[in-house]
Amino acid sequence: MMARKLDRNSILFFGGALVLFAVVQILISVGVLTDYYSNILRIGAVMAIVSLGLNLIYGFNGQFSLGQWGFYAIGAYAAADLTYRWSKLHTANGLTVLLMVVLFVGLALWGLGRLLSRVRGLDILSAFGLYLVAVFAAAYLGVRVGGMLAEPVTGLLNAMPPKLASQLVFFLAVLLAGVVAAEVAYLFGLPVLTLGSDYFGIATLGFTIIVKVLLDNSDTMFGFEEMKGARGMIGIPHETTWAWVFVFLLAVVVITRNLLHSSEGRAVVSVREDEIAAKAMGIDVARYKNLAFVIGSLFAGLAGALYAHINGFLHPDNFNFIRSFDPMIIIVFGGLGSVTGTVVAAFGWAILLEGVLRLFLPAGFETWRFVVYPLLLLIMMLLRPSGLLGAFELPFLKRILPPLKATTPAATDAKGGPA
Amino acid sequence: MTPPADRPVVLEIQGLTKFFGGLRAVSDFGVTIRERELVGLIGPNGAGKTTVFNMITGIYVPSAGSIKFQGTELAEMAPHTITQIGIARTFQNIRLFPNLTVLDNVRIAYHPHAGYGMLDALTHGGKFTSLERELTEKAQDFLGVFRLQDRQGEIARNLPYGEQRRLEIARALAAEPKLLLLDEPAAGMNPAEVATLMDLIHFIRDRFSLTILLIEHQMRVVMGICEWMSVMDFGEVIARGTPQEIQANQRVIEAYLGRGAAALAQKLREKRTHAA
Repeated sequence: MMARKLDRNSILFFGGALVLFAVVQILISVGVLTDYYSNILRIGAVMAIVSLGLNLIYGFNGQFSLGQWGFYAIGAYAAADLTYRWSKLHTANGLTVLLMVVLFVGLALWGLGRLLSRVRGLDILSAFGLYLVAVFAAAYLGVRVGGMLAEPVTGLLNAMPPKLASQLVFFLAVLLAGVVAAEVAYLFGLPVLTLGSDYFGIATLGFTIIVKVLLDNSDTMFGFEEMKGARGMIGIPHETTWAWVFVFLLAVVVITRNLLHSSEGRAVVSVREDEIAAKAMGIDVARYKNLAFVIGSLFAGLAGALYAHINGFLHPDNFNFIRSFDPMIIIVFGGLGSVTGTVVAAFGWAILLEGVLRLFLPAGFETWRFVVYPLLLLIMMLLRPSGLLGAFELPFLKRILPPLKATTPAATDAKGGPA
Repeated sequence: MTPPADRPVVLEIQGLTKFFGGLRAVSDFGVTIRERELVGLIGPNGAGKTTVFNMITGIYVPSAGSIKFQGTELAEMAPHTITQIGIARTFQNIRLFPNLTVLDNVRIAYHPHAGYGMLDALTHGGKFTSLERELTEKAQDFLGVFRLQDRQGEIARNLPYGEQRRLEIARALAAEPKLLLLDEPAAGMNPAEVATLMDLIHFIRDRFSLTILLIEHQMRVVMGICEWMSVMDFGEVIARGTPQEIQANQRVIEAYLGRGAAALAQKLREKRTHAA
């Protein structure tokens, strides 16, 4: 009975999502929704993805992170570089190098993690040092191997129809951007997640600032000529369609929901509820903090990659730390720990604050943003601390209380049990 | 049944010491607990009882000494590993997961035994559905034992105090321990609730073949259910014995009542024996 009910909710959810997608797609195709509006919708979906990641970290795991904007930036630049190299320089070397780097670094992190789990009493910073060495070695190896693979892969992609090849490169670039952000998050989280929540917030803020400074100097410090440092990167192909953002948003929502409705998800939430009690219940608190942080940052990386291909233009100023507060505002409006609320608030944020209001408000509104947003946040926290939608979730996303078994045998023989 | 003295040792603590800065919170604490024993740890406020619990469960790292659980040294283990090898506890001031349902509180304790990995969790595929149902039914059975099954959907912090205590014990047992540590389980309970609690502790010991170590302030509880006990004062063990032995122990009375009052009590007792 439970299974059937679950199925009905899934059908309603996916059916509803399909209808929503089709309606918007048709409106875009026939030109009712101009580029301006479709842009706002795509931005809304991208913000929903980052905010879902942040909600996983802050709303469900209780770790206050201002670093999501940094991971968003990493994802944006990583993906943009790959597609730029393919479309403008006609080489797949970006793709193969990053793929190999991600693969080797992933293997190094996993292998070292297994190895170190057997060593007792190793302090965090020495472990972090070992990880850092392993990661740099793996990355170097990745660059070498990736460079060797570049030519054959370029040939392979050239053999495909050009449309298909560019879509494939784009898709892989977005996925890789997410994984890069996740791996950086894993490494960064190792020492930093051992801090208390407030200090973690400050450290992640620092992270976002560092990323921005590195991007300002990407051409001079790292030799990525095409990123053009503080002048801004141009010429990124406009690949992010409504269909792409929708598919990624749907996947992120479903993955978040599946995670939260599992034992792993309950472990994540238990850390927010009471760390000491969670430890006493056998939950590896450090592992689940890192898990939430890595998955949340993976989402941020995906979102950044999708964002880069909307306008075809990236500037380090877009990744200023002050904009870390945008996803934070969204999840407070949507409700900490609410998936439906986050998605609704992200679209609301894009449509109302970034879209419609700009049409009506005078030109100086830009500068007033950071007066208006905090005020809204303040009002929100005073009037609706649980978010605009409160405890509402779509049935598909809601935790379902399993029915009791018809007979609970244990209940009947509890003679000595309390009345 | 095998006599207590022949049963295998579950917990063996030797020379356990903990300094907080210059303060010696626990010094040279030792105890040996055998299977299925119900042991009390008593003493005045600040005697170091909870510190001993925190060292057994890995929340504090001991300054010196050894804690052996079924032969395994615990002194440098992480708290979650200690729970996973079979020691669960409750807290003096209840520590539930306050915003989660009663059912989820218990299900979280089952997490180490869930049996499915990250990938199954993210996709809800593979073994997920059957294992998740199995886990849920086990948790519901537990709630049944504690007569909380009708409360499964309730948010934990909304439960009345007595039920929160019961839920905390249920959650600790769901971690499938061999040794259960109860930190002042009767704190804040009225006499009727205390009586049910004592029945409950006996009942779970027999039903789950547990070894139980409990800290308690209320003499009625410890004297009523513990087979023997250790008494601590200022971080040291000052006495050890059966409830009758402890009640007659001069040092224990002094620790609890102060020297003067103890002398008075002694005099009163002598007077009574003379009169008889």
